[in-house]
Amino acid sequence: MNISKEILQEIALTRDEYDLIVSKLKRQPSKVELGMFGALWSEHCGYKHSKLLLELFPTKGEYVQVGAGSENAGVIDIGDDMSVVFKMESHNHPSAVEPFQGAATGVGGIIRDILAMGARPIALLNSLRFGPLNEPRNRFLYERVISGISAYGNCTGIPDVGGEVNFDESYSGNPLVNAMCIGLLEKGNLVRATTGEPGSLFVLVGAPTGRDGIHGASGLASRTFSDDREMRPTVQVGDPFLEKVLIEACLEVARTGLLEGMQDLGAAGLTSSVVEIAERGKTGFNLDVSRVPRREEGMNAYEVMLSESQERMLLVIRPENLNQVTEILSRWDLGSSVIGESTIDGIARILDGEEEVAAAPVSTLTEAPRYRPPSSRPSYLEQIQREAVPEQPDITQANQLLLKMIGSPNIASRHSIYRQYDHEVQTNTVIKPGLADAAVLRLRNSDKGLAIATDGNGRYTYLDPYAGGAIAVAEACRNVACSGAKPVAITDCLNFGSPENPEIYYQLENAIKGAAEACRIFGIPVVSGNVSLYNETKKDAIHPTPIIGAVGILDKVEDCLSSDFKNPGDDIFLLGSEKLFGASAALSGSEYLAYIYQMTIGRPEVDLEAELKLQKLLAELAKEHLVNSAHDCSEGGLAIAIAEMSILGKLGVDLNFEVSGRWDAALFGENQSQVVVSAAPEKGDEILATAAKFEVPILRIGIVGGNRFLLKDIIDLPTGELTRQYMDGLQLSHL
Amino acid sequence: MSINFGVLVFPGTWSDSDWEYAIVDIAGSRANPVFHKQTDLSDYDCIVIPGGFSFGDYLRPGAIAHFSPVMQSVKKYAANGGIVIGSCNGFQILCEAGLLPGTLMRNEHLEFRCQEQFLKVEKSSSPFTSTFVENEIISIPISHGDGNYYVSQNELKQMEDKNQILLRYCDNKGDITKKSNPNGSVANIAGVTNLDGNVFGLMPHPERVVELKLGGVDGLRMIQSIISNITATTFSDRVV
Repeated sequence: MNISKEILQEIALTRDEYDLIVSKLKRQPSKVELGMFGALWSEHCGYKHSKLLLELFPTKGEYVQVGAGSENAGVIDIGDDMSVVFKMESHNHPSAVEPFQGAATGVGGIIRDILAMGARPIALLNSLRFGPLNEPRNRFLYERVISGISAYGNCTGIPDVGGEVNFDESYSGNPLVNAMCIGLLEKGNLVRATTGEPGSLFVLVGAPTGRDGIHGASGLASRTFSDDREMRPTVQVGDPFLEKVLIEACLEVARTGLLEGMQDLGAAGLTSSVVEIAERGKTGFNLDVSRVPRREEGMNAYEVMLSESQERMLLVIRPENLNQVTEILSRWDLGSSVIGESTIDGIARILDGEEEVAAAPVSTLTEAPRYRPPSSRPSYLEQIQREAVPEQPDITQANQLLLKMIGSPNIASRHSIYRQYDHEVQTNTVIKPGLADAAVLRLRNSDKGLAIATDGNGRYTYLDPYAGGAIAVAEACRNVACSGAKPVAITDCLNFGSPENPEIYYQLENAIKGAAEACRIFGIPVVSGNVSLYNETKKDAIHPTPIIGAVGILDKVEDCLSSDFKNPGDDIFLLGSEKLFGASAALSGSEYLAYIYQMTIGRPEVDLEAELKLQKLLAELAKEHLVNSAHDCSEGGLAIAIAEMSILGKLGVDLNFEVSGRWDAALFGENQSQVVVSAAPEKGDEILATAAKFEVPILRIGIVGGNRFLLKDIIDLPTGELTRQYMDGLQLSHL
Repeated sequence: MSINFGVLVFPGTWSDSDWEYAIVDIAGSRANPVFHKQTDLSDYDCIVIPGGFSFGDYLRPGAIAHFSPVMQSVKKYAANGGIVIGSCNGFQILCEAGLLPGTLMRNEHLEFRCQEQFLKVEKSSSPFTSTFVENEIISIPISHGDGNYYVSQNELKQMEDKNQILLRYCDNKGDITKKSNPNGSVANIAGVTNLDGNVFGLMPHPERVVELKLGGVDGLRMIQSIISNITATTFSDRVV
């Protein structure tokens, strides 16, 4: 058979890859086999351009119970007979095409990943990136993505407790929609994604299978596309109600202990679901597509195997347990059907009734080629890292600049977003969205708490991929540390352009190296993750955006810290610096340069050793109840961090620090590893001593109180005016 | 004091375990889940219809749930004077079932709202609000997309005359304003009873504010009101 270019393009395989399949099978693949190879060897499932790089991440650590890669997500043992499972995944491409369903099914997919391990999903977070909202298409994408997350997440009864949203021209038309889910696992309830002993039955549960989403993994997520709207039929449609019923029914079945294995159906549908568990179980399988319940007539085996219809789960059970499992499923009015069984021969055999339509070794299907594409340092870097920053404005403009900055769409309050998400259901949310750098959940039947945050800065990574990767890990962990928790593990979602472009591969390679280095220094493993490549539209690739989801443990949940100033008279300290010298370098990649001057220049830096000391200090300060609030200096720098703490606490500040060097860099520069804390005056000496013990520089910078933001003769603004700008900034950016 | 709450569970219900936690672990009473296919309610002193998206809120919130077998029993239970409280989706189900007047429409601004909410207690002489004082301002969060309560002006007048309105949305000073109305409800109505006063529906989520560390205890006070009223009634029945 002479395979046509069109067919190869449809399944996103190269001619070389096709030839490799032929040589491995020693024959031409059947049509169904070819479809399965296309899906499994896609970037989305096979990680062919990223796998070699992902191996750089440390995956072991003190808390790791199940490492990354061996199951759907890694498992962290948090003590008290509880484990935590978490993972982040992208749904960028579907969301660019059909934002509501794209975002909704992204939430649904990540929930099923967690559910598949037998864990109850206890929290969702979202990391979102859009182009500026004054462009109608971006605004449409933004509003519909948030509606989709709200509609799906709210219906499933899982609180959406945090995340972040950012805006930059590079995401125009190519939004990033990353969803993270955290699940709680009681001891002994872990379910493996495996086929069990040969002769175990595959039971497909949930939605009937339709033609939706065919080639979602290979077509949509694994190449660049020019007219996104043409791809709309490859986006799936979600049914969050069915998802909620699946959660309850699958957890009920999991608790019976009758499951050999469980697997979700996500990208590449049945194909990746059964082949992946057969690989882990080291078995083959027979699967009869004629037994798969359909929602459409006339579907062929190829379509059934590649459909990405949502809300389906695959249960693996011993034949003798079938009745008991079916009984639970039918109590929840869930459809289920035995569609196959595991076999001893290692062959993935697909039948359509009597007819055999595919029979390829499982190991061949899962052995996607691995590429180390050419890498070259992007040509833009040389100039952009060295470009001179503009002259500092006259200091008399400080009031106006602070007001403008606090209303920047990247800084202003996100209340108009998170009030659309149920963030309280399950009644464990101790720190709610918008009040701290991380969300904090209490764990019932335990004193412990979990702190969770996502972070990642595309601008930094664009300016210096290595530093950007390292800072993403540093910042996500710092967010967790600011809530008083000890960061213990991370998940990642790597959003980049096409890896076939050497300059973009360079970004990917170096961002991963930087993130891996930060993990090593912090002693924090990566327990799960996802790669989203080909984030390009007709214009350009997005800013390279590694998003990190960090999870931390609080031994006592009541030790947790929020950002808001608590009491008039409290002292304000800056951790991580002992003087306020404004250096131009601090403006590298800053929100200040981007928002005020429309410039993305410079070279961000981070000192990972200093960062680690700071994070350890924060945990100690929280545990010893020495501070009343903490907030890290991130976008907008020190002045914005203080302003936010003041707005949230409805209290003014009287700042008395000396500014040397550039005043704008001192106030709005984005030095890493700096945190503002407030504390009762009598704790001052102990705080200074503790900071010295942890070798973290510290500076007392002012006092909480009154109703104005005062900084000597530089800034004098009513807190109310800052609050108004902060609350309305996001809405105003629509204009 | 301990009474037995039956907490209804429809497919898509999600506040059921929060109610059980609030009743059992915090209020120290008893609670059991009642699956929607069950019809025997004789064990229960109070029926709770929790929040969530029963049957996905497809068609209309509550429209399908009210056909579930358990709801026929709830109707009889209520007709016999049994105490029934429905929060959020439970309020919607009670309206669809005709156990409460009015209807709950899409929020006026068409968005879902999850936020802290101040409420004014209009009447404290009810089994649900006896731990509050009249005109007290309390805080119980909301979380809904369809909480826009509607009755005609005539019905509203009758309900006001019969003291069927227990809670209204207000601001932190207790003023009942348009700005403090989170969903467009007529007359800022947040919670109403039937004519007999034994069936209560409200959009806010009392089960979410039963501990100070999660933001307050006004919901616990409502649960305690139910417990003490039922205990008192049961006791006086026995005396007679």
